[in-house]
Amino acid sequence: MAMTDQEILDGLGEIVDEVAGVPADQVTPDKSFVDDLDIDSLSMVEIAVAAQDKFGVEIPDDELKNLKTVQDVVKYVHNAEVSA
Amino acid sequence: MRLAEGTPGARILAFGGYQPTRVVTNDELAQTVDTTDEWIQSRVGIAERRIAGPDETVADMAVAAGGKALAASGLGPADIDLVIVATCTSEAPIPNVAATVATRLGIVAPGAYDLNAACAGFCYALGTAADAVRAGTSRHTLVIGAEKLSQWVDWTDRSTCIIFADGAGAAVVGPVPAAEADGGPGIGPVVWGSDGAMADKIFIKDRQSFIVQEGQAVFRWATTALHPVAKQACERAGVDPSELAAFVPHQANLRIIEAIARKLAAPQAIVATDIIHSGNTSSASIPLALSAMIERGELGSGSAVLLLGFGAGISYAAQVIKVP
Repeated sequence: MAMTDQEILDGLGEIVDEVAGVPADQVTPDKSFVDDLDIDSLSMVEIAVAAQDKFGVEIPDDELKNLKTVQDVVKYVHNAEVSA
Repeated sequence: MRLAEGTPGARILAFGGYQPTRVVTNDELAQTVDTTDEWIQSRVGIAERRIAGPDETVADMAVAAGGKALAASGLGPADIDLVIVATCTSEAPIPNVAATVATRLGIVAPGAYDLNAACAGFCYALGTAADAVRAGTSRHTLVIGAEKLSQWVDWTDRSTCIIFADGAGAAVVGPVPAAEADGGPGIGPVVWGSDGAMADKIFIKDRQSFIVQEGQAVFRWATTALHPVAKQACERAGVDPSELAAFVPHQANLRIIEAIARKLAAPQAIVATDIIHSGNTSSASIPLALSAMIERGELGSGSAVLLLGFGAGISYAAQVIKVP
């Protein structure tokens, strides 16, 4: 069964905490990875790799530049799960 | 027909390293490209790098490193019968660097060739040298990784000019006597591979072009595909990662080094971080880091060290060695 957006958000919070040391409660939908959470392009790759392990959704490098906010990733994972 | 008589194994007798004298700091780069010391240190972990002089060639650096390794081995030029130079940045397609280096070191008429496996070059060359010694086609081989990346870098491209640097490192490889074949110094089996489907991730298009790298793709590959290769090299050598005294990966990017080291799980191992003061010197980075660690007395004789080279091709190679 597909995860709810809240479940994806919680999972993403754990990943961001692990990869970049940003507390999970700061990982809210409207936050920008670069501007608000201080996450750089290499950490985004680590987040993508961890997201693949956790959600089973592959996020290619080409897609990363389009995923600017936390909500963008939640939506991407959600859509990928629905279409899978 | 008679077949060559081999030896039970090969080992490293000595290392040598050479770095150009000119230090280029991050602050110096920040004067010509839009970057900062903080940005560079957080992205790639480099504080400063060494850059060769305008007239200093790959061969010059290879001679300096090779000469040091030869002197440290206690052997003379006459004892060397094979010279392999791993390089991907030489000035000319022909002649190769190895024959010139051999002559300048007084090594007369050895087998001599260059090997291009980019940043994996030293581990490839060490693997082939060990095989040649084991097979009996070489008694003592001089293996050198030497690079002048600065001449292939666009110094206005802030994504690459902060990373690459120059230098050379060398090792003398010789036979393991039968009596010491078990447990003494040696070179473990090489685990190597490549994937030409990723050729477009790091490349220099032609002799008029500069190095291009897709940072995210390389980072993803290096942090996900290489720790199994490292573990396999340990397994083939019969050395558990927990027994490693050091892990010396190619000095590509401090964050890649740390990510692979975490996944390797070798709690006792000193992880080489030579990149901080040397930058990424491609095939020279592993022997340079090793020479420095040995010079500092960090590695006792006989301690097990895992080497892991990886880079353009893409190509990769790993082996466990025991320190001379």
